[in-house]
Amino acid sequence: MRNETIEALTQYARANPDVMLLTADLGFSVLEVMRDNLPNQYVNVGVSEQAMIGIASGLALAGHRVAVYSIANFPTLRCLEQIRNDVCYHNLPVTIISVGSGLAYGSQGYTHHGIEDIGIMSMLPNMTVTCPADPMEAIALVPYLLDRRSPSYLRLGRSGEAVLHKDGLRTPLPEPIEMRKGHDIALLATGAILGRALAAADALKEQGISVSVYSFPVIKPLNMNLLFSVANAHRAILTVEEHSIHGGFGSMISDHLCEHNIQCRIGKWAIPDTLRMKFGSQSFLLDQIEPITTKALALL
Amino acid sequence: MINKNDTPALARRLRGHALRMTGKSKSSHIGSCLSIADILAVLYGQVLNIDPQHPSWPDRDRLIVSKGHAAAIVYAALAETGFISVSELDSFQSDGSRLSGHVTTSIPGVEFSTGSLGHGLPVAAGLAFAAKKSGALWRTYCILSDGEMDEGSNWEAIQFAQHHNLQQLVAIIDYNKIQSFGSVEDVSNLEPFVDKFKSFNWNTIEIDGHSHEAIASACQHISRETKRPTVIIANTIKGKGVSFMENRLEWHYRSVNDAQLLQAIDEIGSSS
Repeated sequence: MRNETIEALTQYARANPDVMLLTADLGFSVLEVMRDNLPNQYVNVGVSEQAMIGIASGLALAGHRVAVYSIANFPTLRCLEQIRNDVCYHNLPVTIISVGSGLAYGSQGYTHHGIEDIGIMSMLPNMTVTCPADPMEAIALVPYLLDRRSPSYLRLGRSGEAVLHKDGLRTPLPEPIEMRKGHDIALLATGAILGRALAAADALKEQGISVSVYSFPVIKPLNMNLLFSVANAHRAILTVEEHSIHGGFGSMISDHLCEHNIQCRIGKWAIPDTLRMKFGSQSFLLDQIEPITTKALALL
Repeated sequence: MINKNDTPALARRLRGHALRMTGKSKSSHIGSCLSIADILAVLYGQVLNIDPQHPSWPDRDRLIVSKGHAAAIVYAALAETGFISVSELDSFQSDGSRLSGHVTTSIPGVEFSTGSLGHGLPVAAGLAFAAKKSGALWRTYCILSDGEMDEGSNWEAIQFAQHHNLQQLVAIIDYNKIQSFGSVEDVSNLEPFVDKFKSFNWNTIEIDGHSHEAIASACQHISRETKRPTVIIANTIKGKGVSFMENRLEWHYRSVNDAQLLQAIDEIGSSS
């Protein structure tokens, strides 16, 4: 989905000359479309993520909307204080694009696993946090975020993610998107892991379980109305995310339900809070986690 | 307000305000304030192309004070140049005040909120880059502390600025030789400081940071520089102007009592 995103960004930037893209020296085979077509709106600042966020903030102060691009933790954790103080404190129109989130860079090791970012980014005031499930959601998020002219985070997968919205998005952003309608359990998913949630729903259906599935491309702010109706209409909720089990999407859902005193059985399918030294592909690493179906059945 | 072109008088006023503000609020960083009093007086009095009646005027010069802990004297400069009222300075760091201990953009004339070190120069570089791209003539000034130069983010920005020939960027380093918990020489020696900047291909000027003529002259010298970013390494004295504070690390933290305030005000010659 990274290429589709940058193509959408390039298209948007062509129509909006104030938009710039900065990269911290990453983007081979992805950013060329922007670099070559709009060279005056593209800068490779070098391997310097802290300065990149500061430079983006300076450009934003002078009237630009700025997207910054790098891998997983590099444009988020490495320069977290710059995002907090420079971007969010000043409510500047800077969109952080992180590619290869979750376990997308599986065999590259823990340094390249972006699994704490949802929690960290969501804690920052003024920050909109998004996590597209497929290229269709990613493409739609580009104008949505840039139009907002405020801090935002676009958490991308890597490449080759399946198109899950073959007929386009059923509901406009920032609404969660209903993918399956059932009544026993609702799977609330964010990001490309939605594909596994849909497969789990199909498997559960074969066992006679009626499953709803929702995709949440926008995590912050959360759509509370939908959340309440989903909680009331199902026996249980299972959140599904490719992120640490602590502080992520599931934690946010739980917090909101708790804060508003909504009685609901809820479980979280996420990456356990352990550092595993076993390496492998994204798919291999995700397979090491207890299956979504097992987790769902335990809630019913 | 006084005639701001009389920069020695302005500097005395700024020192007096900062002493009273930090004394009343029992807050830190008076030594850091006093070491940049003359730099601020010359910038606000003679150099910066700004308009207090129009703080967001697009063609204004920008000043980012990266050493945001010197907030008291920055607010004093903004008051003396008409951005806020002088009487508001009395509320510094009090409950409900908008004058916090580190500069914030809630105050007209403050371009950027700082407080954590190493943030200002990258932002200033971004501003200067934007100006260059658009062909605008305004300059971006950034005042940094010497201790702050330990931060790697500054050196990232220094590299970026020279690569893009940001000639409208001016970094002014308050080189008072004392950082938060020791001397610069003992903690992380910056020398050969001038050579470092020269090797990074910056237009490098070293001055006495308390000489108003030298500060003004350095800024005029920049006008002739057309290709590179400029750094003014200003040799200063922490606590400058108050005998018992000069070159004393503890005045990074202490605030004056009533008797000390009277003596300090007497020494700097700022009675109001």
